[in-house]
Amino acid sequence: MAWARNLLRVDLSKGTSTNEPLNMEWAQKYLGQRGLATKYFVEEVDPKVDPLSPKNKLIMTTGPLTGTSASTAGRYSVVTKGALTGAIACSNSGGFFGNELKNAGYDMIIFEGKAEKPVYLMVENDSVQILDAAEFWGASVWDTEEGIKTKHGDPLIRVASIGVSGEQGVKFACIVNDMDRAAGRSGVGTVMGSKNLKAVAVRGTLGVAVDDSKSFMAAAAAGKEVLAGNAVTGEGLPAFGTQVLMNVINETGALPTHNHRDVQFEGANNISAEAMAEPRESDGKPNLVTNQACFGCTIACGRVSTIDRNHFSVKDRPEYHKASGGLEYEAAWALGAATGVDDLDALTFANFICNEQGIDPISFGATVGAAMEMYEDGVISTKDTGGIELNFGNAEALCSLAELTGKGEGFGAEIGLGSKLLCEKHGKPELSMSVKGQEFPAYDSRGIQGMGLTYATSNRGACHLRSYTVASEVLGIPEKTDPLETDGKAGLVKAFQDATAAFDSAGLCIFTSFAWTLDDVAPQLDAACEGEWSTDKLLEVGERIWNLERQFNMAAGFTGKDDNLPARLVKDAAKTGPAEGKTNGLGKMLPEYYEVRGWTGDGVPSNETLDRLSL
Amino acid sequence: MQKSLNIDPEKCTGCLQCELACSYDNEGVFNPSKSRIKVFKFEDAGRFVPYTCTQCDEAWCMQACPVDAISLDTTTGAKVVSDTLCVGCKVCTIACPFGTVNYNSSTGKVIKCDLCEGEPACATACPTAAITYVDANWTGLDKMRAWAEKTDAGTQVSA
Repeated sequence: MAWARNLLRVDLSKGTSTNEPLNMEWAQKYLGQRGLATKYFVEEVDPKVDPLSPKNKLIMTTGPLTGTSASTAGRYSVVTKGALTGAIACSNSGGFFGNELKNAGYDMIIFEGKAEKPVYLMVENDSVQILDAAEFWGASVWDTEEGIKTKHGDPLIRVASIGVSGEQGVKFACIVNDMDRAAGRSGVGTVMGSKNLKAVAVRGTLGVAVDDSKSFMAAAAAGKEVLAGNAVTGEGLPAFGTQVLMNVINETGALPTHNHRDVQFEGANNISAEAMAEPRESDGKPNLVTNQACFGCTIACGRVSTIDRNHFSVKDRPEYHKASGGLEYEAAWALGAATGVDDLDALTFANFICNEQGIDPISFGATVGAAMEMYEDGVISTKDTGGIELNFGNAEALCSLAELTGKGEGFGAEIGLGSKLLCEKHGKPELSMSVKGQEFPAYDSRGIQGMGLTYATSNRGACHLRSYTVASEVLGIPEKTDPLETDGKAGLVKAFQDATAAFDSAGLCIFTSFAWTLDDVAPQLDAACEGEWSTDKLLEVGERIWNLERQFNMAAGFTGKDDNLPARLVKDAAKTGPAEGKTNGLGKMLPEYYEVRGWTGDGVPSNETLDRLSL
Repeated sequence: MQKSLNIDPEKCTGCLQCELACSYDNEGVFNPSKSRIKVFKFEDAGRFVPYTCTQCDEAWCMQACPVDAISLDTTTGAKVVSDTLCVGCKVCTIACPFGTVNYNSSTGKVIKCDLCEGEPACATACPTAAITYVDANWTGLDKMRAWAEKTDAGTQVSA
């Protein structure tokens, strides 16, 4: 149990859907969600496939714990070949959609082909319909979600949909569920749009059972106690959200600013958790309304905020006077420090638009930052930008570009290419702060060395959620390492990568790992699932998943040469802060990493490693 | 001492652990759609409000039931549905002014909060104490204490 043991296969070209029993032999080797869906994907899809071709597939997948009462166990992931990267993509989302899918009786939905006209999928337990989405095509995520609930007369339906950006081929479109949670990165929403699939609506009432209820309830309760007693998950995250990091990372000298020209942002405090709690002058209310939880989460790090009604972005636009999700740290950084904008309301507005139209705020903000640098360097001008003066720090430009990119219009369509294609187009590929086509998140790897190796080797392109060594290097979790040292980082990155793959495959949120190790996860899985689930087995599963993703990327055409960082990070030293004078030491860490991974000097998994992992 | 469920929406994060606990306790599986307590999210206001039966003294559901399937648990004060007597006529769902009695199409019976025989699973599961199980005569005690403290602080300032 825990798994529904059932998957739904939807052929959009033929307009058919079929049920299949879940491959339980694979489930024992790949657990669920990220791991198991990647296994299905790798078995079924040609690695060379064009991400936007009907031959690419898109899998929405839950983990075995999804839908149970384990803390944070409401996650789901989208696995596909990423439109932004051309690499294996796996984007994870919270909210309530994953739980609903599991309750409808499915571990995953595999979408194949391409619908002739826009459609949406309506799933009510075993009733599955592919319905005409003409009335929702061209609508935002928010209007689509509400529209589907209204049309079916059921407010309890959960919806995952794309905005106009995904329809228009913006390369970093995401899939948004429950209004403000997103499978955010790598352009998974772009792939969904290429299939003419506007939304997936689910209502599930079947329930989720576990193997050994009594042991599971005890293990889940023990896990919750650990989270409640931990300073990060029990106090910091509920009170301040991920935004607790803004000032911390700035002081560490690792807050990428002005497209990574700088590592500290003088406006950081204005866009921090502290600023969100500060009453504003106009109405005496703070930006932050409350914190919110995703399904089953006892941490509740999510932010809900409002924009000052007098702010230029929303003046006379009452539809944006309501409370909505954000700002989270990554979005606040990308929309703020990366672009040099320290206007909290402008960031909140841009973030609302990212949710409303389904664009990844990290890639969006970072690409705007790259465009700003090209503008200030005279590479592009107002002729290119449609009249927008694109200086660093221009809040109006940020807000209007969010709206344009959300709809794929004007210069927004150019931003929608992502920084790699945009900078290449203008002959400045070195200004794209990305790996494998995906923009960096909110940590500068000159000030946090391990993150350089994390980004360079991440299977889905630059990403902090594949091995968050910030936990160790800055926060001291599970033990403190020196952020400016490269020694030992290869082993650290591998350990984080493997453990994270296991967390991501269980149905849990990776934020639990601020307090939990796999020793806390194993008893919950062991009680919920058939088979023996020990920490050692989970580590092996994690390592197997990592190597499977790597194999797919290699077959897709990536090589060790793509495990790289932009020259700026390895040649231009940090100018201020604790990392002043430092570059990232990737050249030293990468060979060590290949060795601890059991890969060849070219970064290819060796036969012994593949044998050991039964790959 | 009789106890009541006491709900403080201010503390609710919308995590649905209460719905999970309720469905598990009553159905043996995790299934929010079969929960006797429901959390409502008021999206535009950023508010989360758990809602369930408040166990009315003169319970409309109990009085309306034509087969006397709803009875008073004298220890807890809960109005409890007997599955063996309930015929699924749904009259109680009409009679209840608050909507907290609902029909379960999988069993053909109605379901409502029965206070879990005096140990409500939702209150135990709530991670933020938004749902507590307190002295029925003093559900306002915490609020009174908070205001008493505030009032006292004001007194000290003026003194």
